[in-house]
Amino acid sequence: MMNPVQRTVFRSVLVLIAMFAFAFALVPLYDVFCRITGVNGKVDERAQTLVSEEVDESRYVTVQFITRSGSGLPWILDVEQRQVRVHPGQPTEINFAFTNQSGSALSGRAVPSVSPSQASRYLRKVNCFCFDEQRLEAGERVEMPLVFQLTRDLPKDVNTVTMVYTLYPVAEEKAQLQAQVAPGSGGDA
Amino acid sequence: MAPKLPPHHSLQHSSTTATAGGQVHDDHDHHPQPRGIMRWLLTTNHKEIGSLYLIFSLIMFFIGGIFALVVRAELFQPGLNLINPEFFNQMTTMHGLIMVFAAVMPAFTGLANWMIPLQIGAPDMALPRLNNFSFWLLPVAFTLLLSTLLMPGGGPNFGWTFYAPLSTTYAPPSTTFFILSLHIAGVSSILGAINIVATILNMRAPGMRMMDMPLFVWTWLITAFLLIAVMPVLAGVITMMLMDINFGTSFFDAAGGGDPVLFQHLFWFFGHPEVYIMILPAFGIVSAIIPTFARKRLFGYASMVYATASIAVLSFLVWAHHMFVVGLPLAATLFFMYTTMLIAVPTGVKVFNWITTLFRGSITFEVPMLFALAFVVLFTIGGFSGLMLAIAPADFQYHDTYFVVAHFHYVLVPGAVFSIMAAVYYWLPKWTGHYPSEILGKWHFWLSVIGVNLTFFPMHFSGLAGMPRRIPDYALQFADFNLVSSLGAFLFGFSQLIFVWVIIKCVRGGVKAPAKAWDGAEDLEWSVPSPAPLHTFETPPDFKPVQH
Amino acid sequence: MRKMLALMTGGGTLFGGASLAHANGWNMPVGVTDLSAEIYTLHMTIFWICVVIGIVVFGVMFYSLFKFRRSKGAKSAHFHENTTVEVIWTAVPLLILVGMAVPATATLQKMYDASDAELDVMITGQQWRWRYEYLGEDVAFNSNMSTPRAQITGEEERGEHYLLEVDEPLVLPINRKVRFLLTADDVIHSWWVPDFAVKQDTIPGFINENWVRINEPGIYRGQCAELCGMDHGFMPIVVHAMEEDEFDQWLVERKEAAEAEAMGVDREWEMDELMERGEQVYGSICASCHQADGGGSPPAFPGLAGNQELIDDVDWHIDVVLNGVSGTAMPAFRSNLNPVELAAVVTYSRNAWGNDTGDAVQPAEIVELLE
Repeated sequence: MMNPVQRTVFRSVLVLIAMFAFAFALVPLYDVFCRITGVNGKVDERAQTLVSEEVDESRYVTVQFITRSGSGLPWILDVEQRQVRVHPGQPTEINFAFTNQSGSALSGRAVPSVSPSQASRYLRKVNCFCFDEQRLEAGERVEMPLVFQLTRDLPKDVNTVTMVYTLYPVAEEKAQLQAQVAPGSGGDA
Repeated sequence: MAPKLPPHHSLQHSSTTATAGGQVHDDHDHHPQPRGIMRWLLTTNHKEIGSLYLIFSLIMFFIGGIFALVVRAELFQPGLNLINPEFFNQMTTMHGLIMVFAAVMPAFTGLANWMIPLQIGAPDMALPRLNNFSFWLLPVAFTLLLSTLLMPGGGPNFGWTFYAPLSTTYAPPSTTFFILSLHIAGVSSILGAINIVATILNMRAPGMRMMDMPLFVWTWLITAFLLIAVMPVLAGVITMMLMDINFGTSFFDAAGGGDPVLFQHLFWFFGHPEVYIMILPAFGIVSAIIPTFARKRLFGYASMVYATASIAVLSFLVWAHHMFVVGLPLAATLFFMYTTMLIAVPTGVKVFNWITTLFRGSITFEVPMLFALAFVVLFTIGGFSGLMLAIAPADFQYHDTYFVVAHFHYVLVPGAVFSIMAAVYYWLPKWTGHYPSEILGKWHFWLSVIGVNLTFFPMHFSGLAGMPRRIPDYALQFADFNLVSSLGAFLFGFSQLIFVWVIIKCVRGGVKAPAKAWDGAEDLEWSVPSPAPLHTFETPPDFKPVQH
Repeated sequence: MRKMLALMTGGGTLFGGASLAHANGWNMPVGVTDLSAEIYTLHMTIFWICVVIGIVVFGVMFYSLFKFRRSKGAKSAHFHENTTVEVIWTAVPLLILVGMAVPATATLQKMYDASDAELDVMITGQQWRWRYEYLGEDVAFNSNMSTPRAQITGEEERGEHYLLEVDEPLVLPINRKVRFLLTADDVIHSWWVPDFAVKQDTIPGFINENWVRINEPGIYRGQCAELCGMDHGFMPIVVHAMEEDEFDQWLVERKEAAEAEAMGVDREWEMDELMERGEQVYGSICASCHQADGGGSPPAFPGLAGNQELIDDVDWHIDVVLNGVSGTAMPAFRSNLNPVELAAVVTYSRNAWGNDTGDAVQPAEIVELLE
C-alpha cells in the first residue's frame, strides 16, 4: 500500500510518461490533422483511387506545376506542361522527367506541396512519382506520370491550384536509418 | 485570510536555535552535520535548498543580463560596432535561454521551496532528498550550456525558440550539448514540480483545506501541474531534434518527409504553458503583498483561484498564436485568435481584484509594495500589447518585430522579475531576521522602474515602425529608439547591483525583524520567528481557517 | 458605436499621421493597399480601446493609492467578496472582446482570399537573399542587399536607405492582384513589407501563399522577419511598384536582357572579363559567408583562399557550386545563377586571393553540365 505522497508521485510520473509519449504521438497525429485540414499544403502520400464522378464542365481550374531543386542533388525535374486548365472531376495525366546529371547513381525524392493549402483536401492523386524515392543511374533520364483529379466539391473561390515539387537527395545510409528509427516520420513520406 | 498565530505559540514547537550567522544547531538531529561545502551539497532542508535556488538564479540573472547588455551595446548605434552577427545571435539566444530556464524558473522554485512549507505549516518538502537532487542538476545543466560558447562553431545561435531546421541541419556542432543541458534542466524542473505537488497535496497543516491555502501556494500548485504536463513535451521535441541531428531521422526535415512547422507546433505546445509557468507564481506573490500593505483581505480569493486555473487550461489551447504567419488555414487562425483573446478575461479579473483590494484599504508603500504595484501597472501594459498581438490580422504586422520583444519583456521583466524582487524584499525579514534597507530598496526600485521603461517602451515604437527582432544592425530610422533602449538597459542592469548590495547587507545585519515582520501580513509563515529556524512546524501548527 | 469607432480611428490617424510622412515613423504604416489600411484601422481601434480601459483601470488604482493612504489616516474596510462585481467584470470584457473579434474576423477573411490573381510571383528565401520568379514569364533574379560593407563597419558614411537597399528590386504593377508563392531553400525566412501588411514565412519544402494589390506606385522596403542565421539582418526586401503599362514594358525589357545574357554563353570569354564579372557575383552572392577575402568563417563556412581541395579539383569545385552540399549551408546555384555568372564566379574563386590556378572556366562548359 502506498502512502499519500507516494501516490501523488506515482500519479505525477504517469502523467509525465503519458505527456512524453503524447509529444511523439503528435507527429503522426499532426500528419493526419494536416491531411484532413490541408495545413501546410500537405498532400496524401499514398495513391488514392479515381472516383468516377461527373465532370463539372461549368468551371475551369488552372493547375500550375513548379519544380525546384534542393541542394546536394544534381538532378533536374522537368514537367511537360507548366500549366493546365481542367474541370473539377476530370482525371488528368501530366508527365514529369527526372534527369540525373551527375556521373554516379543517386537516390532522390520529390517532396510535394500544394497551394492554396485548403485545396489539398480536394486533390486526389491517383499516381504520383512523389509517392516513392527514385534511384537514377549516372546520366539517366526517367519519365514518370502524375495522375490527379480535383474533386467536384472544390470550393468555388479556388480557381488556381499550384503544385510544387522540390527535389531532395536521399542518402543511402540515411534511408536505411529512417526505416529503423522513425517509421512514423521518415518512412511513409 | 489565514489567521495569525501569536508568536509565543510558534516558539513552543520550534526546538532549534539559530545564530545570526545562519549556523544552525539542531537538537533532534542525531547525524553529524556535514560542514563547509558538503553541507550545501548534501542538504535536504527546504530552506537551505530554497536559498541555493535563489542564489543560483541571481547569479544566472547577472550572466543572462550581461548577455543582454552585450546585445544592447551592439545595438546602441547603427553598424556592426563591437561583435559580429554570429556572436550576436549566440548572445540573444543565450540571453533568452538563461533568463527563462536558469533565472526566472529557478527563482520561483527557490521561493516555493522556502515559502510553501512555511505557508502550509509543513516541516519540510515531501521529498527532501529529491529536492537536493533537483537543485544540483541545475548548475550541471547550465555550466554545460555556457560551455558551448567556447566550443568550435560557438554556442546555440538559433534563438531561444530554436526553430528547425536552423537548429538542426544548419546548427553549430555544439547543439547536441545544448540539447543535453536542456534535458537536464527539464528533469530538474519536473522533479521540483512533483515535489511541490506532493507537498501541497499531502502536507498541509491539519484543518487547512485547499481553499484556505495562500494564493502563492495555489498558483504554484497550478504551475507545477503545468510543468508536469509540458516539460515532457519539451523533452520530446529536443529528443526529436537530437535524432534528426545525430541519427538521420527526419521529424523536421522536409527532405526526408518531415515538416519544419511541426517543430513549431510542438515547441509552442510546450512554450505557451511555459510562459504562464513564468507568470502564475508572480500572481501569487502579488496577491500576498498587496493585501499585506493595504491592510485589507484580498478581494475575491475564490475568483483568483478560478482565474488562475482557467488561465492554465486556456494555455493549452492558444499555442498557434505564435504561428499566425506560418500559413495556418483560416479556420485554425480564427480558433487561436478567439482562444487567445479569451485569456484577457481571467487576467482582467485578477487585475480588477488587486485594485479592488487596494480600494478602501490603509495603504503604505514599503519596497515590496512598490514592486507589487509596479507589477500591476506594467504587467497590465504588457497585457494590452498581448491583446493587440492576439488580433491575427494585426499580428501579421506585429509578428517578429520589436513590438513582440516589448510585449514579452513587459510581462517578464516588470512582470515576473519584479514579482521575484517584491517577494525577496517581502520575505527577506523572514529569511535573515533583518529588514532590508528601505532607502537602498527605494533607490533600487525607482532606478529599475525607470530603466525598464526606458529600455522596453521605445521598443513598441521601433517594432511598429518596422524593426524586425534578432537583427544585429538596423536601418537609420530606428536609431533613436535603440539609443534610448540601450541607455535604459544599462541603467536597469547596473541598478541590479544595488539589489545585491541590499541582500548582502540584509544577511549581515540591519534592523531586527519580529516574527510578524509586516503588520498587515496574515499567512502562517509570519507565525514562526524571524529568521525562520532551520526546522519549523515539526509539530503541525494550530490552523484556524477564516470563515468565508 | 460606429460613430465612436470612427472617432477612435480618427484619433488614431492623428496619432500616427504626423510622423507617417517621414521615414522616422513610430507607428504602424497605413500602407498602400486596401488591406494594410484596414489593418491599420483595426490596430488603432484596439489601441484606443486599450487606452480607454487603461485610463479607467489605472485611474481607479491611482485614486485608491492616493486616497486610501495610511499616512492620511485611512482605515481599511472589511469587504472582500462580491459576486455581482465579479460577474460584471467578467462579462464586460467579454463583450468588448466580441466587439474586437468581429472586425478582426472580417479582415482576416479578406487576407486569406488569394483567388483571381493576375500575376504570380514565386518568392524563395535563401541564406541570405531573396529570389523572385515571375511564373510563366521566364523572368527570375536574385535580390541581394547592396549596402556596402564599408558602411556597415562605419568606414563610410551611411546612406539614406542603409540596410534597406538591394541590387535588384522586385518590380510589381499597381492595381493588379499579385499572388505570392513563398518557399525557402534552406531555413525558414519570412518575407515582410510593412506597407503591404504582407508577412509570410517561407518554409523549406513547403509552399505558402499571400497576395497584394498595390494602390500607389512607389518604392517599398521591408526585411526578413524570421531569424535565419548569421546574416538575418542583412536580407532586405525592396519592391518597386509601377504603373501597369510601365510594368509591362519593364517585363518585356527584362526578358530581352535575359536572352541577351543567354547569348553570351556561345562565345569564348577572356580571363579578365570572367574575373571582373566573377568578382561582382562573388561580392553579392558568396562574400556573406566565405568573406570578401575568401577567408570564410570555419567551421560553418570554409575558407576558399588557399583551399587545397578547391585548387586541386576543378570538377569538384564546379559540382559544389552547381549542386550545393547537402546538410550544410551551401546551396545549389544551378538554377539561381545563369551559366555566365556560374563560370565567372568559379573562375574568380580559382584565381583570386593567391589561388592562382590559371583556370578559366567557360560558360559553355557550364551549359554542357547543366544539360
